[in-house]
Amino acid sequence: MAKILLEMKNITKTFPGVKALDNVNLQVEEGEIHALVGENGAGKSTLMNVLSGIYPYGTYEGNIIYNGEICKFNTIKDSEEKGIVIIHQELALIPYMTIGENMYLGNERGKSFSINWNETYGEADKYLKIVGLEESSRTLIKDIGVGKQQLVEIAKALAKNAKLLILDEPTASLNEDDSKALLDLLLKFKAQGMTSIIISHKLNEISYVADKITVIRDGSTIETLDKKKDDFSEQRIIQGMVGREMTDRFPKRPDVKIGDVSMEVKNWNVYHPLYSERKVVDNVSFKVHKGEVVGISGLMGAGRTELAMSIFGKSYGTKISGQVFMNGKEVKLNTVQEAIDNKLAYVTEDRKGNGLILSKSIKMNTSLANMKGITNGKVIDADKEYAVAEEYRKKLKTKCPSVEQNVGNLSGGNQQKVLLAKWMFAEPDILILDEPTRGIDVGAKYEIYCIINDLVAAGKSVIMISSELPEVLGMSDRIYIMNEGRFVGEVSKEEATSELIMSKIVKSGKGA
Amino acid sequence: MEKKISFSEILKKYTMVIVLVLVVIMFAVNTKGVMLLPQNVNNLVAQNAYVFILATGMLFCILTGGNIDLSVGSVVCFVAAVGGKMMVLNSMNPYLTMLVMLITGIAIGAWQGFWIAYVRIPPFIVTLAGMLAFRGLSNVVLQGQTLAPMPDSYLALFNNYIPDPFGKEGFNLICFVVGIIVCIVYVLLVLKNRADRVKKGYSVDPFGGVAIKMILICVVILAFMFRLAQYKGIPNSLIWVAVIIAIYTYIASKTTTGRYFYAVGGNEKATKLSGINTNKVYFLAYLNMGLLAAIAGMVTMARLNSSNPQAGTNFEMDAIGACFIGGASAYGGTGTVPGVIIGALLMGVLNLGMSIMGIDQNLQKVVKGLVLLAAVIFDVVSKRKSFIVK
Repeated sequence: MAKILLEMKNITKTFPGVKALDNVNLQVEEGEIHALVGENGAGKSTLMNVLSGIYPYGTYEGNIIYNGEICKFNTIKDSEEKGIVIIHQELALIPYMTIGENMYLGNERGKSFSINWNETYGEADKYLKIVGLEESSRTLIKDIGVGKQQLVEIAKALAKNAKLLILDEPTASLNEDDSKALLDLLLKFKAQGMTSIIISHKLNEISYVADKITVIRDGSTIETLDKKKDDFSEQRIIQGMVGREMTDRFPKRPDVKIGDVSMEVKNWNVYHPLYSERKVVDNVSFKVHKGEVVGISGLMGAGRTELAMSIFGKSYGTKISGQVFMNGKEVKLNTVQEAIDNKLAYVTEDRKGNGLILSKSIKMNTSLANMKGITNGKVIDADKEYAVAEEYRKKLKTKCPSVEQNVGNLSGGNQQKVLLAKWMFAEPDILILDEPTRGIDVGAKYEIYCIINDLVAAGKSVIMISSELPEVLGMSDRIYIMNEGRFVGEVSKEEATSELIMSKIVKSGKGA
Repeated sequence: MEKKISFSEILKKYTMVIVLVLVVIMFAVNTKGVMLLPQNVNNLVAQNAYVFILATGMLFCILTGGNIDLSVGSVVCFVAAVGGKMMVLNSMNPYLTMLVMLITGIAIGAWQGFWIAYVRIPPFIVTLAGMLAFRGLSNVVLQGQTLAPMPDSYLALFNNYIPDPFGKEGFNLICFVVGIIVCIVYVLLVLKNRADRVKKGYSVDPFGGVAIKMILICVVILAFMFRLAQYKGIPNSLIWVAVIIAIYTYIASKTTTGRYFYAVGGNEKATKLSGINTNKVYFLAYLNMGLLAAIAGMVTMARLNSSNPQAGTNFEMDAIGACFIGGASAYGGTGTVPGVIIGALLMGVLNLGMSIMGIDQNLQKVVKGLVLLAAVIFDVVSKRKSFIVK
C-alpha cells in the first residue's frame, strides 16, 4: 500500500445555524487522483476550504494530517508553503495582467522592491510548456479563452511547487476537447508522481480519471470507492450521492386542484450579457398551471437563474427572444416594473446580493417592491407600512425583535422569509422561487415549504428552481430538467426519482 | 408598549449633537461669551446659509452610494456670474434673473446627471470635469471682473430681516413670537404622533425620554430666537434655509422618491430587481444638486453683494464635509437631513469660534480636516467589531 499523503480526520465545521461538515474523513494516497463527488451544498467546497486554510485552524474541529504531521493552517499561504494548492471553480485571474504577472502574483520573483521580470517570464514560460499551453507568458489573460485560462491556473499552481493539487470543478466552463486535454494532463502529472483531488459533477470524467471516489452527502462522508475493487459506473456513484431517506421532510399539501395554464413561455433564448456569442438559455419552452408547483432541476450553471431573470423584466442577458403568455395572452415584460404589473415575482437565489437591503429594516424591505401598497400618492403612510410588515412577520413566523430590526442582523432563514414577504406583498399570481432554501437550516426549510403550499392552495403558481434533488422531488407536481441551457426532460411527480433526474442530467451533458 | 433604550444607544444616536454642544460650550468659555453674542449667532446663520443648502443636496448624492459632487462650488460661481451679468450689466429684472439662474442650475444638473445616471460615467469624473469647466465658464462670462453692486430689491430678498410691526427698540418681538410658535407646533406634533402610535398599539419611546428631548429642543430654539431678537430679528436667509430643510427632510423621510435614494445606496441590484428605475434615482440626485447649487449661488451673490470669478471656491468641500460629519455613510444608504444640518452647524461653529479666537486660517483648516477624518472613522469603525481590518 502506498504512503498516505493526506488524511483529514473527523472534520466538523459549523456555520451559524448550519452544520456544513459533520465528522468527515478523507484519506488520499500519494500519487493518486482522488475524486470528491456530491450534490451542490453537500460540503465538498467547504472541506477543501478547510484543507487550504481559508477557514483557519481553530474554526473547525478535527485534524488535518499531511505528510505525517498535524497541520495548523492559518492562511492560504501556510498551506501553499506545504505544497497544497487549490484551484477554484471561478478563475481567479486578473484580466488586464499578463499570464506571467498572474502566475507570480503574491509570489513575485526577485526582491520585493525590484521584481525580476526576466526571471518571472522565463520561469512562467517553462511552466506553460509543462502544461502544454502554447502562449507567451506576456499575453494578457483577457486575450485567451477559458480553457487556456484554466491551464494558466494549473501552471500557476505548479509554479508554487504544488505537491497536492486540488481542482474544484475544473471543467465546468470548458468544452469537450478542452476538458479531455485537461484530464489527460492530470493523468500525465499522476505518472510523474503528483497527487490530485478533483471535485466534479461530471461523472463520466471522474470514472475516466480517478483512482478513488469519495462520496459526500449532507456534510458527511458516505463511502469511498476504489477503482481496483468497486464498481465505478455512473449508476453506482449516483446511488451514493442521492440515496437517502425522505420521510417527513416535506409538509403534506392539502389536495389542491390544478387549474388552467397561468403562464407559458415559448422558444426562449438568451445570450450572455458580456460574451454575446455564448448562448445561455437555448430554446426553452415550459408552462405552469394555477395551483401548481413546477420544479426546475439542474446543476449549478445549467442556466436556470439566467432563464428566470431574463423572463423577469429582462434582468439578465442580451439578445433575448421568445414569447411569454399570461393567462393565454401574450405579454411583453421589458422592465421589472412591467413584470411586477403582470403579477410575476422573482425571488432571487442571492438574497444578500440581489434580494435584500441588509442595512435597512425589515419594514422597508417588505414594502420595497410594492410601494403603492403603502402610500397615498407619493407620500408614505408610515403606520400602514408598519402594519403590513407586522402582518407578514406574523404570517411567515419571522423571528425578530421588531420589524424595525435591520435585515442584516437576522439569520439566513429569517432573511429568506423577509424576502418572501417582500414578494408576497407585491401580490403576484406567479412566483419564481430561485433556490428558496439555500443556506438555511432544516426547521426553516420546512416552514418555507409550508409557505409554498399555502401559496398554491390560494391558487397561485410556483416555479421552484432548486439544486437539491430531494427538495424538487418532495415539493413539485411536475419537474423540468435543465442542463447546459436546454430543457432535457420533463417528468411528472409520479415517475420522478433522483436516479432518473441525475442520469438525465449526466447523459445530456455527454453529447454537448 | 414602551421600548427600553440604553444609555449607550442614546450616546451613539446623538453623538454629533453632544459634540456640537461641547464645542459650543468650549468656544463660549474660550471667547469669554463673545461667541454667543447676538450678532455672532446671527452670523452663524447668515455666513453658513450656503453650506446648509448645498449639504442638503449633497446628502442625496451621497445616499446613492457615497457619490459626491465636486462641481458645486464652480456651479455656484457660474450661476452667480450669469445672474450678475443680467442684473448688474444689463439691469434686468431681479425676479426674471432668479428664474434664469434656477433654470441654469437645473440644466447643469441635468447635464451631469445624464452622464452619471444613464451612461454611468463615475460621478467623481463627471463632476471633476464640471468643477473645472464651470469655473472656467464663470471667468468667461465675467471676463475676469467682479460685478457689483447688486440691485437693492434683490439684496432685500436675502439680506434683510423680517420686519417687526411692534417695533420695540433693541428687541424684535415677532422673532421671539415665531420661536414660541415653532416650539408649540413642534411639541403638539410630537405628542399627537405619539398618541396615535399608542392608540394603534405600536411601540413608543419612554415618555420621560421624549419629554427631556422636547424640552431640550425647545430651550435651544427659544434661546436661539431670543438671541436673534436681540439683534435684528429673523434674517431672510434663515427663512430660505428653513424652508429648504423642511422640504427635503420631508422628501427624504416620507416620500417614495426619498425612500428610493436609501434603497439604491443600500443595495442597487436588489432595488432594481424590485422594479425601481435606479437610473432615474441617480439622475434626480444630480438634477436636484444643480437646483440647490443655483439657490446657493443666489444666497452667495447677495451676501457678497457681487459676483466674482472666485466665488464658491471650496464650497463643495464644506458641503461634503458637513454630510460626513453629520453621519452620512461614505458607502451610501445612510444619513438624514437633520443629521447633515448638525454637521453643517458643527463646521459653522468651528469656523466662527476659531475666527473669533483669532486662530490662524491655516490652523483652522487643519482642525476642520481632523474633525472630518475623526467623524468618518467613528462612522466606519462603530459599524464593525475590530478597529483594524484583517
